[in-house]
Formats: sequence, C-alpha cells, structure tokens
Amino acid sequence: MTADMFFGVAMGVPWTLAVTSAAFVLGAALGMPLCAMRLSKLGLLRAIALLYIILFRSVPPLLWVFVFFFGLGSGYLPMSAFEGVVLGLGLITAANMAEIYRGALSAIHGGQWEASQALALPSYSTSLDIIAPQLLRVSLPSSASYAVGLLKDSAIASTIGVTDISFNANYIAKATYQGLPVFAIAALFYIMISLPVAALARAADQRLRARVAL
Amino acid sequence: MNDLLGFWLDSLPDLLDGLIVSLQVTGAALAIGFPLGLLLALGVQSKARLINLASLCVVEIGRGAPALVVLQFAYFGLPQGGLTLSSFAAAVVALAWNTGAYTSEIIRAGLESVPFGEIEASSAMGMMRVDTLRFVIIPQGLRVAAPALLGFAAAMLQASSLCFAIALPELTSNAYVIGTNTFRYMEILSLAGILYAAICVPATIAVGVLEQRLGQHTR
Repeated sequence: MTADMFFGVAMGVPWTLAVTSAAFVLGAALGMPLCAMRLSKLGLLRAIALLYIILFRSVPPLLWVFVFFFGLGSGYLPMSAFEGVVLGLGLITAANMAEIYRGALSAIHGGQWEASQALALPSYSTSLDIIAPQLLRVSLPSSASYAVGLLKDSAIASTIGVTDISFNANYIAKATYQGLPVFAIAALFYIMISLPVAALARAADQRLRARVAL
Repeated sequence: MNDLLGFWLDSLPDLLDGLIVSLQVTGAALAIGFPLGLLLALGVQSKARLINLASLCVVEIGRGAPALVVLQFAYFGLPQGGLTLSSFAAAVVALAWNTGAYTSEIIRAGLESVPFGEIEASSAMGMMRVDTLRFVIIPQGLRVAAPALLGFAAAMLQASSLCFAIALPELTSNAYVIGTNTFRYMEILSLAGILYAAICVPATIAVGVLEQRLGQHTR
C-alpha cells in the first residue's frame, strides 16, 4: 500500500522537474534583456521594464497561470497545460531574475568597464565576455534560492492538470482516502529535490566566487 | 469597451466578496503566524536540544514543502487523523504554518542584527536574560525585521490564492467560477489581477520606504 503510494507520487517527479526547469530557463533568458531595459538610458524602456516587473510580481502566480491557460488559451492562443504553466511561471521568473541580475551588477567592480574601455573592447564584447560571466557567478546564490522557490511554486501546475507530484498526490489521496501519508510523501519529495539543488549551489558558489574580479 | 465595463461592474460584487475572504484568511494566518515565527526564531536559537530540534523541524518542513501541498495536507489529509477542518480553518492552519516558518528566518536575522555589546551591557547592568530579550533584543530586532515582514504579508495575500485548490470562495476561486459560467476568462481574471495589484503594489512601495527608514540598526 505504502509502496504504491510512494511510486504513484514519484511518477510526478519528471513533470515537476520539467515545469521548474523550463520556467527557470525561460525566465533566466528573458531576465537579461529585461534587466538591460530596466537600466536603459531611455526613459520609455525603463518605464516599460518597471511596469512589467511590478505587474508580474504583484499578482499571484496561480492567477497568472490561469490568465495564460484559461484566458489566452480559450480562444486567443490555444495551449497545453504544460505550456500555460511554463509561460506563466517563466514570465514571473523573468521579472524576478531581472531584479537579481540588477543586484548582481552592482556587485561587479566599476574598474571592469573602465579596463574594457581602456583595452578598446567593443561594447558587445565587454558585455558578453567580461561582464556576463562574472554576472552569472555573482548572481548564482540568489538564482539558486529562487529556483528552489520556483520548484515549490511549480506545484500550481497541478491545478490545471499537469500530472506533477502534487497532482498525483491529490489523485491518490482522493482515490484511497489516505491523505495523511500521501501528502506527507509529496512534501518529502519536494524537500528531497530542493536539498541537493541548494547544496550544489553552495559548492559551485565557493568555486566560482574566486573567479570574480574585485 | 462598454460591454467589458458592464461585465466588470456586474461581477465586481462577487469578486469583492472573494477579496474579503482572501483578506480574512491572510489576516488570520498572519495573526497566528507572526507570533509563531517569533517563537520559532527563539526556539531555533535555544540551547535546549529538544526545543532546538523541534523548532528546526517545523521551520524546515514549512519552508521546504510547497504551500499548496501543506494546504491540501491540512484539508484532505488531517480528516484521516480524526481532525476535520472547514476549508477556511484548514487554509488558516496551513498558511499560518507557512508564515511561521518563513518569518522565523526574517525575525532571526533581525534579532541577530542587535549588536552583541548591547547584550553584554544588559548583563553588566544585572538584567535577567528574559528582560534583556523582552526590552533590548526583541524591540530592536523586530524594528529591523519590519520591512521584510510587511513584504511577506503581501506575499501571503498572493499565496492565499492557492486556497482555490481547497474550494475556499476567495478572490481567485470566485473569478474562476465566473469565468467558467460566462466563458469570459480573460476579462474576469484580469479584473481579479487588478484587485490583487491594487493591494500589493502599494504594499511593495511601502516596503521600500520602510526599508529606508527602519532598515538600519540605529544606536
């Protein structure tokens, strides 16, 4: 009985990982241009980025996912539940990652830009070869804790029918009336996934820290 | 456009009813969760092993498990253990646990920001440990933690939308029900989003202002 529950819930792990990583990749990529817009010299770009960030951070993730899956999905732009949740969580992640990048940027020494200029590096090369690698290293701890938070937010995928950990737990709990152990197992799975991510990030941070110019 | 405004006006009362339920759940969860967070923060710092271990467990499970799973655990799981809660009570229990676990870390950071010299000074003046805690550490620590706690309160209002999953008639659930009946999801969900933003945007701005005023430890 318990083994059935355990494996039943475990069936959801790949979907939970897929939702989390797809949303994170989407957000981490979109966060870069968003951060650049937020720091742009053009007032209009700055305003758009600020509005985007405020809007995506002030409305609950569940509601955003509904807006995409039910709102856009019913008629305007049909999408699967997986696409809906990745789009919703990914765009929220972009807003948060933009802020994380912005914080990390201020930790990079101004001399890095001056030195690039003194070496007559073109500006795309300064951004791409000098700043971006250091930016990723500095923002790693915050990104990792955001990713762990995102893993837990990914549970809302179950509300629109993605068969992740939560969905399976719900299904089994309702079929067997054994909610107590089933949801405890589900919680355990989330904790078990987040522990190695946090440990890995800590280890990587210590190695990469050494490679950021002070 | 008129059509949209008419639809919004028609459904606004339902959404406002939902918003009130959302605010009630959030308020109750915070009212239980903040004191719980303070207790857990003190428990985690405690030198008594049993208290320390128990507090750590409560904090780590509350922080490690998704709020949605904790909600469903309280609503669908606890009845099996003989404790049947209404969806409102289950929501308050789950979100209060979540609040306690997260705010304990915020409060702990606040308490630790009080300089050690002040604690030494208190003991030099012959103050008892309890009095040092009550009159020196906690008031200053909470002051430093205040902006982050307000930010968390806004996050909690957002988390209350998860109660959709346990059929609590809060803002998101009501919007979803109207959407299913009228099939005008986009319009109604946007209105719900505006209502959330109307509360959370000012809260975010207030956090920024508070941070500048209270964030630093003043001697």
